[in-house]
Amino acid sequence: MEFFLQLLVNGLSLGFLYALSALGFVMIFKSSSVLNFAHGELMAIGAFIFLALSAWAGLPILLAFVFTMIGSFTLGFILEKFFLRPLIGEALIQVIMLTLGLALMFRGLLLFIFGGDIHDYPDFLPEALTIQWGAINIPSVYVAAFIIGILFLILFGLFFKYSSQGIYMRSVADNQPAALSLGVHVRRVFALSWAIAGLVCAISGIVLGIINGINVHELSSIGLKVFPVVILGGLDSIGGAILGGIIIGLLESFTGGYISTSLREIIPYIVLIFILMVKPYGLFGLVEIERV
Amino acid sequence: MRKLQFHPCGNFNVSYKEELAIFDTDFGRLWMWIGMLLLFAVVPFISSAYFLYILNTIGIYAIAAVGLNLLIGFTGQISLGHGAFFGVGAYAGAILATRLGFPFWLSVPLAGVVASGVGMIFGLPSARLKHLYLCIATLAGQFIVDYVLVQWESLTGGAMGIVVPSASLFGLDLGSDRSFFYVVFICFVLMTWIAVNLIRTRIGRAFIAIRDNDRAAEGMGIPVFPYKLLSFAVSSFYAGFAGALYAYYMMSITPEPFNLGLSIEYVAMIIIGGLGSIPGAVFGSVFIVSLNEVLSMITEYLMNIGASTGVALTIAPLREFIYGLAIVLFIIFEPKGLAEVWRIVRSSFRLWPFSY
Repeated sequence: MEFFLQLLVNGLSLGFLYALSALGFVMIFKSSSVLNFAHGELMAIGAFIFLALSAWAGLPILLAFVFTMIGSFTLGFILEKFFLRPLIGEALIQVIMLTLGLALMFRGLLLFIFGGDIHDYPDFLPEALTIQWGAINIPSVYVAAFIIGILFLILFGLFFKYSSQGIYMRSVADNQPAALSLGVHVRRVFALSWAIAGLVCAISGIVLGIINGINVHELSSIGLKVFPVVILGGLDSIGGAILGGIIIGLLESFTGGYISTSLREIIPYIVLIFILMVKPYGLFGLVEIERV
Repeated sequence: MRKLQFHPCGNFNVSYKEELAIFDTDFGRLWMWIGMLLLFAVVPFISSAYFLYILNTIGIYAIAAVGLNLLIGFTGQISLGHGAFFGVGAYAGAILATRLGFPFWLSVPLAGVVASGVGMIFGLPSARLKHLYLCIATLAGQFIVDYVLVQWESLTGGAMGIVVPSASLFGLDLGSDRSFFYVVFICFVLMTWIAVNLIRTRIGRAFIAIRDNDRAAEGMGIPVFPYKLLSFAVSSFYAGFAGALYAYYMMSITPEPFNLGLSIEYVAMIIIGGLGSIPGAVFGSVFIVSLNEVLSMITEYLMNIGASTGVALTIAPLREFIYGLAIVLFIIFEPKGLAEVWRIVRSSFRLWPFSY
């Protein structure tokens, strides 16, 4: 029973990490329907900027965090401006391949600058966040991740629901020509959504870095793990991404605990194929109606 | 003798037969024969062993890339699992050769058949999925096949891999680069010939109709799903065939090379070469393999000069960077690929000096 509970807690916290890393992905997909294969690398860039600023340059944590946010916001903006914009209207495969190429570029660059070793942040989270409940122990990083996740969910929910920019984004995602004819500045919406996605990626990268240590390979493999998560939840649903993340996290944790540790890495993809066979647009995804 | 045909100054096809012709003029056919003659009678004798090795690699990759272009470029089904099917073919070939003692000429096509079976299994989701959902399903297939190759130790030898016996055909030993060159390129010419002609048949037209609009294709009475599966099967057959050749050529295989990176490399080949163009797939594989070789030659060169060994180690990851940069630049500046560049160069020669 205790083993079960520990697995449950592990799975939930892992799932929350996945959910957190899926947010930036859903963000991009929701406004520009681009499948971002460079997601893990974007997270790694954010994590490394924060590392360089906080541990190496010796800035105070809060200041380093703010600068990282500004940097990743700008990076997202630049990415959209120079790489994604020329591809508006191109075939899907071109866009997918472009993000794959960007992923290779970023990975090479990060490995060149920071090397393939695992780096660690200095400890800065207060110990008071640790939750000790019977035999179950939840480290403070997970609690912090949980708080950040909830905060994000609420913030983005409000952003998409009430702010004018959020409504523009939804309108662009829904029907681009209609949004254009109603006077929505579609290019600005794309740029903004990539910039925000860059920012979200950086935050999830930092949280993942605090928990597992920062490593380019690790983060880029988590970037691929995002696919089962978002497919499960439906590519354009933020709530679905959270739920999908938690389901995948639990699944991995229980498979690792009860069946075999090697199967753990692959089980999300097996489930993914079955889900797609039953519900082709994910559990909460918007069903596209096609006309000839 | 038939009257020789020259290029008209426009497209004046008056029958479907003319439209379907592979060579517009007899000059095209002549150039093809000259190219084949050069390839088989001159190239193997003037190249060094290292250059032959590169050529053989290009040939093997080109076979698989032509297959992938049938799937992505002509049927419009995006697959990120081609590297895995290539690996299945390599393992099938190796297992048939070592466990069952099949001869070379039998185990290579059979490996293709095994790979096409696996490809059809992972093509099943295409019944309900399309576009990016299908792409993600094939990505999952890539990971699953990867896992099976590593974990099914009793069959695949796990991470240790399999040592493959040297290939021999009708009592001739094919161990040397030069003799394998003939095997690879005869297979390549044959497979390309099949692909080019497949596109001109009823099947090829169905593929193209599905790519352009699968709902409309269904409305016109094309059974969409069987054709999609057929496309997966054909393209995986190409991959498996090439994989088995690779296994025989490398003499030993491990699961390592058949990862997502290889699948990305294949998609990069056909994008850089040109989607929906058979010569494009060949151009793309030439480009990618040469880029790989040039980059590793530069690192090796720096490694061998004593003073710069440290530099070489630190710039090694930049290979990945340059590789990614090449893909990105091609997509942004020449989305139609090298096939389009080739067409422009050719027509500017043809039209010179009156280019309008």
